[in-house]
Amino acid sequence: MADHPQKSGAHARPLSPHLTIYRWPVTMMTSITHRVTGTGLSVGVVVLAWWLVCISNGPEGWQSFHAIWDTPIGLLVLFGLTWSLIFHFLNGVRHLAWDLGYGFPKQTAERNSVIIFALSILGALAVFVAVWTGHGGYLQ
Amino acid sequence: MSSAQTPLHKVQGMGSSHSGTTHFWHERVTAVALIPLSLWFLYVMLGLAGTSEVTALQYLAHPLNALLMGAFVCFSLWHAYLGLQVVVDDYVHTAGAKIFLLLLIRFSIIATGATCLFAIVRIAAL
Repeated sequence: MADHPQKSGAHARPLSPHLTIYRWPVTMMTSITHRVTGTGLSVGVVVLAWWLVCISNGPEGWQSFHAIWDTPIGLLVLFGLTWSLIFHFLNGVRHLAWDLGYGFPKQTAERNSVIIFALSILGALAVFVAVWTGHGGYLQ
Repeated sequence: MSSAQTPLHKVQGMGSSHSGTTHFWHERVTAVALIPLSLWFLYVMLGLAGTSEVTALQYLAHPLNALLMGAFVCFSLWHAYLGLQVVVDDYVHTAGAKIFLLLLIRFSIIATGATCLFAIVRIAAL
């Protein structure tokens, strides 16, 4: 998917048109979103490491984590990571189903793509609404 | 053909990647392991949201929870390495940049994992 996978120069061969010329079907959107969310979640593990180190540092550490992440920008990033985890989880399960041979018909694949987008957004919203309405923190 | 390789060696070398379906298979195995671990992780994050550091410390200090968090971190990072490797393979086409990025990713992942595991053990020992 690079612009010019071939070596450039006098003997560069023409490429068949790809990303830039096709209408984006929803299955293509889920495929690319799977890769983007996976890359984002890789960075998310660094945030998890940060959180664990802060907890291991006691009350000051806990406060220092909240000072950065309990802010509008911090919460926006955490919402993105929550959505990414749910999306990558749901679409990952679909990948495993594909490995077993299920879900390939065109209409099924398109319908499941829409369902996964909708469920992941609703799921991430549900997590944040649950916390804001006092339904989180049940491990206390 | 002046190659000294026997046909068996050629087959065992498995081409330019030097591996067969190992990458694909490990990606799937880690994915399956991450299904229950991710659900547990979401349950814990939601359950600790809005609590105090004492609650988080006590919960993560429990041996079972420390083990589950360690497993979640290890499988996540292993899965992340396999995925990021494919991203580099797909978009980086010069050997030098590819090797540099793959090493950078590998070292970052090992550093992140070591940091997580050390913090988890430290919490459990507090």
